[in-house]
Amino acid sequence: MKRPLLIRNGRVLDPSQNFDSQVDILILDGSIAFKGENIKAPEDAQEIDASGLLVTPGLIDVHVHFREPGGEHKETIATGARAAGAGGFTAVCAMPNTNPVVDDPAGVGFVIAQATSAKAARVYPLGSISLGQKGNQLAAIGEMVDAGAVGITDDGNPVMNSGLMRRAMEYAQAFDIPVADHPEDLSLSGQGVMNEGLVSTRLGLRGKPNASEDIHIIRDLLLAELTGGRIHIQHVSTAYGVEEIRKAKARGVRVTAEASPHHLVLTDEEVENYNTDAKMNPPLRSSSDRKAVRQGLADGTLCVIATDHAPHHYDEKEQAFDDAPNGIVGLETSLGVLLTHLVRKDVIDLPTLVDRMSCAPARAFGIPGGTLSDGSIGDVTIIDLEDSWVVDKSSFLSKSHNTPFHGWDLKGRAKFTIVGGEIVWKLDT
Amino acid sequence: MSVTESFIGKDLVGLEHLNSQQILNILDTAESFKEISDRKIKKVPVLRGKTIVNLFFEPSTRTRISFEFAEKRLSADTVNISSKGSSVVKGETLVDFARNLEAMRIDMVVMRHGSSGAAKFLAERIPSMVINAGDGSHEHPTQALLDMLTIRDQIGYIEGLKICIVGDILHSRVARSNVYGLLNLGAEVAVCGPRTLLPADISKLGVTVFQRIEEAIEWADVLNVLRLQLERMEGGYIPSLREYNRVWGVSRDRLDCAPKDLLIMHPGPMNRGVEIDSDVADGPHSVILDQVTNGVAVRMAVLYLLAGGEPNTAEDAKKGLKE
Repeated sequence: MKRPLLIRNGRVLDPSQNFDSQVDILILDGSIAFKGENIKAPEDAQEIDASGLLVTPGLIDVHVHFREPGGEHKETIATGARAAGAGGFTAVCAMPNTNPVVDDPAGVGFVIAQATSAKAARVYPLGSISLGQKGNQLAAIGEMVDAGAVGITDDGNPVMNSGLMRRAMEYAQAFDIPVADHPEDLSLSGQGVMNEGLVSTRLGLRGKPNASEDIHIIRDLLLAELTGGRIHIQHVSTAYGVEEIRKAKARGVRVTAEASPHHLVLTDEEVENYNTDAKMNPPLRSSSDRKAVRQGLADGTLCVIATDHAPHHYDEKEQAFDDAPNGIVGLETSLGVLLTHLVRKDVIDLPTLVDRMSCAPARAFGIPGGTLSDGSIGDVTIIDLEDSWVVDKSSFLSKSHNTPFHGWDLKGRAKFTIVGGEIVWKLDT
Repeated sequence: MSVTESFIGKDLVGLEHLNSQQILNILDTAESFKEISDRKIKKVPVLRGKTIVNLFFEPSTRTRISFEFAEKRLSADTVNISSKGSSVVKGETLVDFARNLEAMRIDMVVMRHGSSGAAKFLAERIPSMVINAGDGSHEHPTQALLDMLTIRDQIGYIEGLKICIVGDILHSRVARSNVYGLLNLGAEVAVCGPRTLLPADISKLGVTVFQRIEEAIEWADVLNVLRLQLERMEGGYIPSLREYNRVWGVSRDRLDCAPKDLLIMHPGPMNRGVEIDSDVADGPHSVILDQVTNGVAVRMAVLYLLAGGEPNTAEDAKKGLKE
């Protein structure tokens, strides 16, 4: 039996139940036992005084790269899971584009085993769509689901073959998992390294047009409609893409979609001076795209916030822009950046942020959590909305420091991260 | 070498962030260095005792030779490194390589690199002065400076002139440096080429866009014709060199239709019969070889100024009076 945990006097905000009230929460044996005022603590209970703090269902990031196996110099499952905890996340979904890729049940089992021994945030593996992520034939989807995979994706090596994508979306329905896609027509993005537009022209960098993303968003929506399958569109960055997803939802297509903190906050002007910590895929886009992504997040077209946490060793980013790899870390800055730049600036309200970072991600991938209803798992994030802090990448628990947010003044961050009733992260101040 | 920053900055990475006075100062200084190359003994002690590394990660003949002549005529000690035979191709990073050079106590690096931003990247990481001899599709500032010097020599002024850059603007560092420099000096600038070879939003830089060469010729006082890289065909940007010449080639017939004589420039090396016909390249209004001559003077000026020299003391410096 685990030690009971009593969270006292916090403002409990649970959008899954439209609940917003100052109460205590008791977690018994890893599950939410009940909520109420002045709960009498069991004798051996551990107590957290959450006065003045926000208590939410544990945050969930459905898009992270933990690099293990094959890229342990960038991140391991253990360091990634601890970084997740430090960012307020109680669960993450790990992308399968490791080396070797996760395309069989053994690979899924390895990720789960490493995550279990880390004793930090929960890590749910995604399996590959195609064998070896080569885009030719289906991977062992059913066996991977049996082993614990919660979805499939070829993120990093997107499926160009629309016929194979159709088969994946048909086949996955037997297992009730979403097919997650990084939408990109590689023939259109070509050798592009940033958004195509005035900034790329000025810097002499090759651009990727919005259309390279839009074409595959439309393809995925059409295939979801054709097959009746569930499509999860990753890191939407274009105005047109948002609008097409909105229309597809309205006609009943089973689609969920992500917005990433960097696409919500930054634009391609961040690439100025060839900042490789502003290089990711899809690239930072124009301010009108950013505006559309924000609107999509607010109205629920993009129902999930996911960081696309993509750690890279500093040597790898310390190169000419063309040569540096895509991606930035996001787990330890996401909550603070979004509280400061979306909630405090009235782009979205607090319940919407919690929904997009916890409730909706849990629903999209059918994973436990995303709610504080009685009997659900005891995954809780306790947030200090008033804590002012400065992003210092050298203090990250992630092995990698590739962030464009270093030095930013933020307000609000996780103070306690609780997984199954146990504190996996506590902010020392 | 002087620790105080020169009036054009520590490095010459590009022309985008130089103001018109800085550009004019470079051109004026180049003017006074021209005569060195016409002397019997082509050497002055301006950079005596300075060590310069010419670091070329992409093949280059004329730019590298032009820099080397400029350095030697100013009495600098020079080392040439090309990507073949250097350790960078063996997997050493650019930054490690540069730090190793730095550890041998050098004063300046002249670098050509295939990645846009590489010159700035290097300049931010080593205390030596860095001159960009071409970075990816970004800038090639000394080429644009010598182009501007040539225009000024021939016509007498730049402000108000109509200059059209013709060809593969998308991949061209020469085009970008010319656009920034010429706009700074008050010229009207246009670009002309097939839409596949024009970068996105190019007109937002303040240039006019022509898709047909006839319109450009009708409009311009000066044509700067860029080399068409032969691999653009394989990349699917144009159907064939023959068609390119038919549609965008600068020919005698097309120029004869112009309302006035145009000054014809080309940064070289030329593909005769592709972007420019021989009778134009060798014709009376071609200043292509003047550009090459001016290249050495411009590079001497840049080396001198970055080393802390001032435009108005160039004459003394040539006589060795500055030390």
